[in-house]
Amino acid sequence: MSKEELRVSKIKNGTVIDHIPGSQALNVLAILGIDGTGGETVSIGMNVPSDRLGRKDVVKVEDRELSQSEVDVLSLIAPAATINIIRGFDVIEKHRVERPEEVVGVLQCPNKHCITNDNEPVESRFEVLEDGVRCVYCDTIIRENIAEHLLM
Amino acid sequence: MRHDHITSAKQLSRGDIEVVLDRASEIAADPSAYADRHQGALLGLMFFEPSTRTKMSFSAAIKRLGGDIVDMGPVSSSSVKKGESLADTVRVVEGYADALVIRHPSEGSAQMASEFVDVPLINGGDGAGQHPTQTLLDLFTIRENAGLDDLTIGIMGDLKYGRTVHSLAYALTNFDSRQHFISPESLKLPRNVRYDLHEQGSSIKEHTELEEILPSLDVLYVTRIQKERFPDENEYQEVAGEYQIDASTLEAAKDSLTVMHPLPRVDEIAHDVDETEYAAYFEQAHNGVPVRMALLDVLLEANNE
Repeated sequence: MSKEELRVSKIKNGTVIDHIPGSQALNVLAILGIDGTGGETVSIGMNVPSDRLGRKDVVKVEDRELSQSEVDVLSLIAPAATINIIRGFDVIEKHRVERPEEVVGVLQCPNKHCITNDNEPVESRFEVLEDGVRCVYCDTIIRENIAEHLLM
Repeated sequence: MRHDHITSAKQLSRGDIEVVLDRASEIAADPSAYADRHQGALLGLMFFEPSTRTKMSFSAAIKRLGGDIVDMGPVSSSSVKKGESLADTVRVVEGYADALVIRHPSEGSAQMASEFVDVPLINGGDGAGQHPTQTLLDLFTIRENAGLDDLTIGIMGDLKYGRTVHSLAYALTNFDSRQHFISPESLKLPRNVRYDLHEQGSSIKEHTELEEILPSLDVLYVTRIQKERFPDENEYQEVAGEYQIDASTLEAAKDSLTVMHPLPRVDEIAHDVDETEYAAYFEQAHNGVPVRMALLDVLLEANNE
């Protein structure tokens, strides 16, 4: 077992999100709505050396699997992430995130004049571009720091 | 035309644009042939912001097709004042009209409104966003004066906030055009518009001075630089002065140059240009009626099928 793996202990049941870009782990937890108050057992490795990413983060959450919408949003800040479902200490499923065509109701449009920021019965909707996302309503593009615009 | 709603120039293909412009040409040539075409049709006007030419030309257009308007009137006297959402307002008003025109200060408002109604909805301007019928009448005016293919066009002024510019630039990517954008650094095209133009494979060039590009232009489209975009009056005066044209500026232009402006102008085109052969901005404003007649005709016809 390598040193890197030792830094974060194995989990029995839950999800390991690997190959997160370095320093994005806390944003990943924000996407999952985990702030510690829910009592989940969470292990985090930050800025772990990685052949593929240079530095990567790893997040392990006990007794928790991800919903599709969580994976969709995750793909925006961690397009190279892999998701490992763990049961009884074994990886029973492993897959890469896929970027969806659009994400609905998860990001707030940064344009304060956008109709989605008015008091209207409409969810925010962003088309996913190769390099960022674009508001379907007002066309505003977000490229950097997408996690800062998370509604959750 | 495939679309029930006209919310953005981005949704219009070259084919869509040509259907409307061809119809507008037919209407302009013989308006009486269309006088009873939509007798009894009602156009709902929902203007949440002031408008002169868009509102009046839509009113003229539906009346010249034999129809009439139902007007929400000013926001100050409507249910919006009581806090009703736009979504609710449009759902109510669609029951009163065969088509709707909406102008609203929030960007994306027409797109959202269109998701709540079944009758055709036309965006009459959404904040700094889109104004597709202005684009159609701009394209019509360009086609009549200079042709839409093999076109070299300069678009000058406030390119950052000017919604007519964004819609027009996008629509022109459907045609064989070379687009030059002339503005102060602080009012250059926004990132999302540049992204779109780039995605469309459009050839665009940005300039800070008109002089270097003026002699090659077939069309010069001038827009107003608004005082409120600048932190102080002096800075505004300094910048705005560089983007004003008069008859002597145009001596360097081709004889066939067409000068356009979405109006209202303040002083970005001097009155001495009005008397020259270059001036097409009043014709452009007048074209609002046949072009909006054509669009309404196409949409109402499709909706009746």
